[in-house]
Amino acid sequence: MEIFQIGVLLLDATLRTSTPLILAALAGIFSERSGTINLALEGMMLGGAFSAATIAFYTGNPWIGLLAAIATTIGLSLIHGFACITQRGNQVVSGMAINILMSGLTALVGIALFAQGGKTPALDKASRFQPITLPGAEAVRDVPILGPIYFELLSGHNVLVYIAFFAVPAAWWVMYRTRFGLRLRAVGENPGAVDTAGISVVLMRYRAVVCSGVLVGMSGAYLSTAQGASFLQDMTAGKGYIALAAMVFGKWRPFPALFACLLFGFLDAAATRLQGVILPGIGEVPVQLVQALPYVLTVILLAGFIGRATPPKALGRAYVKER
Amino acid sequence: MHQMHGTGETGAVQPAIELRGIDKRFGAVHANKEIDLKVDKGTIHGIVGENGAGKSTLMSILYGFYQADGGTIHVDGKLCDIKGSEDAIAAGIGMVHQHFMLVETFSVLENVILGVEGGAVLRDGVDKARVELERLEREYSLDIDPDAIVGDLSVGLQQRVEILKALYRGAEILILDEPTGVLTPQEADHLFRILATLKEQGKTVVLITHKLREIMAATDNVSVMRQGAMVADRKTAQTSPEELSELMVGRRVLLRLEKGEANPAATVLHVNNLCVDNAQGVRKVKNASFTVRAGEIVGIAGVSGNGQSELLEALGGIRSASEGSVLLNDQDVTPGKGVDAAELRKRGVAHVPEDRHRMAMVTGFTAKEAAILGYEDDPAYNKGILLDWNAISKATANMMSEFDVRPDDPDLKAANFSGGNQQKLVLAREIMRDPELLLVGQPTRGVDIGAIEFIHKRIVAMRDAGKAVLLVSVELDEIMSLADRILVMCDGVIIGEVSAAEANERILGLMMAGVDPNQAKAAEGQA
Repeated sequence: MEIFQIGVLLLDATLRTSTPLILAALAGIFSERSGTINLALEGMMLGGAFSAATIAFYTGNPWIGLLAAIATTIGLSLIHGFACITQRGNQVVSGMAINILMSGLTALVGIALFAQGGKTPALDKASRFQPITLPGAEAVRDVPILGPIYFELLSGHNVLVYIAFFAVPAAWWVMYRTRFGLRLRAVGENPGAVDTAGISVVLMRYRAVVCSGVLVGMSGAYLSTAQGASFLQDMTAGKGYIALAAMVFGKWRPFPALFACLLFGFLDAAATRLQGVILPGIGEVPVQLVQALPYVLTVILLAGFIGRATPPKALGRAYVKER
Repeated sequence: MHQMHGTGETGAVQPAIELRGIDKRFGAVHANKEIDLKVDKGTIHGIVGENGAGKSTLMSILYGFYQADGGTIHVDGKLCDIKGSEDAIAAGIGMVHQHFMLVETFSVLENVILGVEGGAVLRDGVDKARVELERLEREYSLDIDPDAIVGDLSVGLQQRVEILKALYRGAEILILDEPTGVLTPQEADHLFRILATLKEQGKTVVLITHKLREIMAATDNVSVMRQGAMVADRKTAQTSPEELSELMVGRRVLLRLEKGEANPAATVLHVNNLCVDNAQGVRKVKNASFTVRAGEIVGIAGVSGNGQSELLEALGGIRSASEGSVLLNDQDVTPGKGVDAAELRKRGVAHVPEDRHRMAMVTGFTAKEAAILGYEDDPAYNKGILLDWNAISKATANMMSEFDVRPDDPDLKAANFSGGNQQKLVLAREIMRDPELLLVGQPTRGVDIGAIEFIHKRIVAMRDAGKAVLLVSVELDEIMSLADRILVMCDGVIIGEVSAAEANERILGLMMAGVDPNQAKAAEGQA
């Protein structure tokens, strides 16, 4: 029973740690499936987190904070789009530039506004997304096995967690079952086919990066107004890159990417739980080693275990009409 | 006046397409000069011209890829303002591009409906599209599985998908840009049968090509372009390949190369069970064995991508052999074991690679830099540790006059020469070293007719001087007019050998599709 309890709590933590990864990975999928490399996820997440925390602090309403985060990341996506799609610049350079810019800019504006060393003030309860108790959760709490699973694992998360998990089938449906998705996938594979079909390649790609912006904005807001209670300098700590890794690991498809995110989230949750635990035969696990695990695993998985991940064919290439 | 003349002659009510005074410049290049063109409804209309004559530009204007600087487009007698592909589609114009505009990861059906999905949610349109597609396939006998993934289909089938795409969009006028470049002769024949069916159904077909044989076989009318201008309109029945080629080039051209009998002497190149793998470890050349003797041209025919390129690169020392051996004048030169391209050059192997821009020259270099590539450590070009630019300029000028490279300026950037002149410079560089063996791939790809004639003559001159020549080309006409013996490759295997005397398109075409040479010859005997 002890182990079962730990397992449930671990999975519960996994859901919470994987939520920002899922949203960001889906953001990456939208952008890259349309042919635009999006290394800027890290910086956009940071920008979203900062805007959400700041606006939620001033308005006392996390939803307005969320909208501000989304507005910020759409803006950043449009900048990235302008550089990559309109100006046909180097997409990796543009992405990295946004990451560096946002790392500095969030701290700068944070210090200017609040003078707390780049942090934003702690948010009170009303300014954050609160856990939602699903109907009947209290009632079944004491039922063996099912009770804990429903009460601990499924119930009691904030709304963004549910949105993230709902976003996966939604993204799949949009990608594979709608006209928009068909064109989006086509423009990332062969923009010439889209152009000759009489559809604007540029407009399609802008629409895709805007979708990407909406999703990554939610992921940023989650960090500072749902999981945390304020913005901290560089609080994303590489989550944007991990999300990109999950996207590649998931071969640019929503459901496989979800599982990759859950795996990375699980490792993260396990790392926290394993701190100071003495394992039989091994002894105390060094904290640093456990914390490094997700990254080590990412490298190993990306290096050899994912098989042939074929990226969208036109990924990274600006569209120029050929003579 | 012109219009009245046209109407009176054909008796047709309205031409399907009429272009009046279409003019287009790209910077200093005048790509289309005041073009007038009339295409009658329900006919197959050919447009011929050399590379760079402006055919593709003209069709791209018609399909809305570019905007003309001047002139008007009339479709079915109505003035059409075509600003983009969507306008062309709306006017009933469909285009099959030279490089297919298909999404390889999509199914046939998805490719066909892209852009005309019939609703925001795919399900609404897909079922209707499937029915419509089946109807079109029946009507035009274009058999294809709508759920097949396009990337898995052969090139010929992919082309059918392109045609279906255009028909599905309600195209009444179908433009095909160099459609047979990637097809076997049999696939090309099938395509022409499809075009004939389209014509019977009242569609209008515009066929752009530089192959006169296809014009003569498939079209009703033909228009000739030269240097951006429309120089002639003819009824196909009333013209000849000779007249057309003269119109294309602006002077008389010899279509059939005149060459004497070969006098093969000692074996120069001996290839034994050679196997070559590509970078992904896929075996591209499987147990190739053949010889090339001094004083003969051996041609290797095959549909592009069947291992010829890898074979040529291996023999040139760029790619290693996985198995087998290569002997040059009885000395082992198996590529990969200490034998590289530089070593082979020292031993008298000259190599003109297939891809001029990627492998044969650096387009950013000047002509004289390009002219010494691969031979830059020759003492004649060096003075101590420095290059001797005077000697190099002199040598380049010599090559240019010998091979009629125009303009004959050794300091001009290689990129600024036309394809034909670039190729002549590369050939000059290789041939003037007086090699024992000349390896030459696609010698006339992207080269105009006048230069083709010149290049062919020089290759035959090499043979007559007692050198061995190995020619790889996907142009059957070229192989048949140059080679003394023809080897056919299919899927990495040398299917068989045909002598120049017994070779014809049918036999070679069957062999290129993998049919055993004896069966191919037997089939020919029955036909």
